[in-house]
Amino acid sequence: MSYTAILFLLDSSVRLAVPLLLAGLAGLYSERAGVVDIGLEGKMLGAAFAAAAAAAVTGSAWIGLLAAIGVSTAMSMIHALASINMRGNQIISGVALNFLALGTTIVLGDAWFKRGGITPTLSLDQRFGPIELPFVAEAANVPIIGELYVQLISGHNILVYVAFLAVPVTAWVLFKTRFGLRLRACGENPTALDTAGISVYFLRYKALVVTGVLCGLAGAYLSIGQGANFTDNMTAGRGFIALAALIFAKWRPWGLLNTCLLFGFLASLQIRLQGLELPGIGQVPVQAIQALPYILTVVLLAGLVGRAIPPKAIGQPYIKER
Amino acid sequence: MSARTELPRWVTLALMPALNVALAFVIGGLVVLAIGESPLEAIQILMFGAFGYGEGWGFTLHFATNFVFTGLAVALAYQAGLFNIGVEGQAYVAGLALVAGLAVDQIHWSVVLITTTLVAMALGAIWAAIPGYLQAKRGSHIVITTIMFNFIAAAFMSYMLTQVFSRPGANSETETLDAIGRLPLLREFMPFFGRSPVNITIFLAIAALIGVYYLIWHTKLGFKIRVLGQNPNAARYAGISAVSIIIITMALSGALAGMVAVNEAVGVQKRLIIGYVGGYGFVGIAVAFMGRSHPVGVLLAALLFGALFQGGQELNFEMPSVSSDLVVIIQALVILFTGAMSEMFRPALERLFIRAKPPPEKAVAPAPPANQPKSSGEQGSGQ
Repeated sequence: MSYTAILFLLDSSVRLAVPLLLAGLAGLYSERAGVVDIGLEGKMLGAAFAAAAAAAVTGSAWIGLLAAIGVSTAMSMIHALASINMRGNQIISGVALNFLALGTTIVLGDAWFKRGGITPTLSLDQRFGPIELPFVAEAANVPIIGELYVQLISGHNILVYVAFLAVPVTAWVLFKTRFGLRLRACGENPTALDTAGISVYFLRYKALVVTGVLCGLAGAYLSIGQGANFTDNMTAGRGFIALAALIFAKWRPWGLLNTCLLFGFLASLQIRLQGLELPGIGQVPVQAIQALPYILTVVLLAGLVGRAIPPKAIGQPYIKER
Repeated sequence: MSARTELPRWVTLALMPALNVALAFVIGGLVVLAIGESPLEAIQILMFGAFGYGEGWGFTLHFATNFVFTGLAVALAYQAGLFNIGVEGQAYVAGLALVAGLAVDQIHWSVVLITTTLVAMALGAIWAAIPGYLQAKRGSHIVITTIMFNFIAAAFMSYMLTQVFSRPGANSETETLDAIGRLPLLREFMPFFGRSPVNITIFLAIAALIGVYYLIWHTKLGFKIRVLGQNPNAARYAGISAVSIIIITMALSGALAGMVAVNEAVGVQKRLIIGYVGGYGFVGIAVAFMGRSHPVGVLLAALLFGALFQGGQELNFEMPSVSSDLVVIIQALVILFTGAMSEMFRPALERLFIRAKPPPEKAVAPAPPANQPKSSGEQGSGQ
């Protein structure tokens, strides 16, 4: 395998990792605050549709992005209402939101655009195009590192850079700010937080707004960044892989980055190995690689290799004593 | 302050779920309105498509058969406090029972029925028991594990159907069952059902409803399942082994899920196709919550969703601008309202019923009707 081919593989890993990373970070805020989020998939899907539909109608990727964030945050607020105020089952609420997005995007897409649930294809200026970082022309002449810079680091759309920037920001927010401390306390021991005079409800709402925004970015990336339109069920389980990545990373931002890159790499490897004969092994069953993230998560959750311990108060509605 | 205002039984058991479901339909109607069609006309077409003629009835009952199995699977696990989201995957893996059916399809359909039923139930049970074991023994959350198992099932079955059991010349489906081995369709005795696919598996669904009812409320195992579901601590003090109950319940739940293979793959499609389950497992979640995890409720909810699936297709035919995926929206709203927001109407109902009825003589909790309703609704589930 040549150096260029390796770079190409890595480049596609990065592209495939970005939606996982954004959705995983979204889940991180929610789950660290003690609210389970099975609904990442649905929020992403709703956002992807909103982004593509709004961008197709207005011709502006930025309005598309706003629509994506709006829809995703609204869905997150439904989840908040059910799981914080009504003290409902957070898992059920998440499941419901996933189906809500699945059905609504097809029904509305079909009714609005009359293409069987697919939105019109966007031209390059209607979506987030690749950004060329400075000095690309100069770097192209430098061997190895220059090629790496040009192929791998430059030339992504803005949401990719936002996603990678969101990792250190999240790490800083989570471990170095007052909000982060309270957020973690909220997921571990909400009663203590309440005793300190901080509203658990309000904090969880704030966390779920962040979740909504990040899922909005993830969805927009799929339909108006990486892709050029919305197709039905285009998230195709990425929300669940993001959830798996979050667990695999033990709810930590840097770990999440590594896990998402690993899962992205597996996905791009799987595309590459399709139909390829390997000496000695024969044809590699792509399905085995497809299933690998899920199998790894099950193995980790079972504590066979390492242990993933979720935030203590996760999934429990908080009931304030009066 | 801790006691919740008592509502009559019929209100909590029937009225509240009915209101929740009604709200889901109202919102579904608003979606139809937003598309620019008449919701009333839509519901008319839907009802006629589902119940207006024999063939419609046949399709409705056929879909309902699938939903009885998946609904019971979710409901049974839920009785033990387990949320089995993996019904879809369990039903999918159970589809391999068709391969066993192919081996005996030259003999008689009854042999095919018995063979595929046993194999499907066993495969579903195994696929569900593994997450059960991991939950019981290793403490990994059953919801996450069953979700992962759905995806693993999808990859595994796609491998099986493309590489191992695919029919020569075709990718991603098996051979078709021989005519001798095909399950009888009801229309063979009752022409009323037109060209609909409802088949004798429907009787197994009825048996499953009765069987689950008997199991849960009339056997020792059922008692243990309910105790574990309602109070795991009490179960531990009563000497009930959570480990074995969880594994057994999940296995039974998976076995019920596996029956979809008999009805759908063996009974109707007569061969195994990639992705044959098509979301029936997930509908089971809505059916179980709407039916409050009780067989009678599951039956009613399964009929409703059967009608929605059949009527929805008719609706799409008559009103092309309304996609049949409208059903998915209603399914989602039913799950949301009856599952996650089931107490939504309680405060209002409590206010209504307290106003209608003066404070009872044997008051359990001090209930001054003037300011009680609001606070009691808010902190009802407190202690």
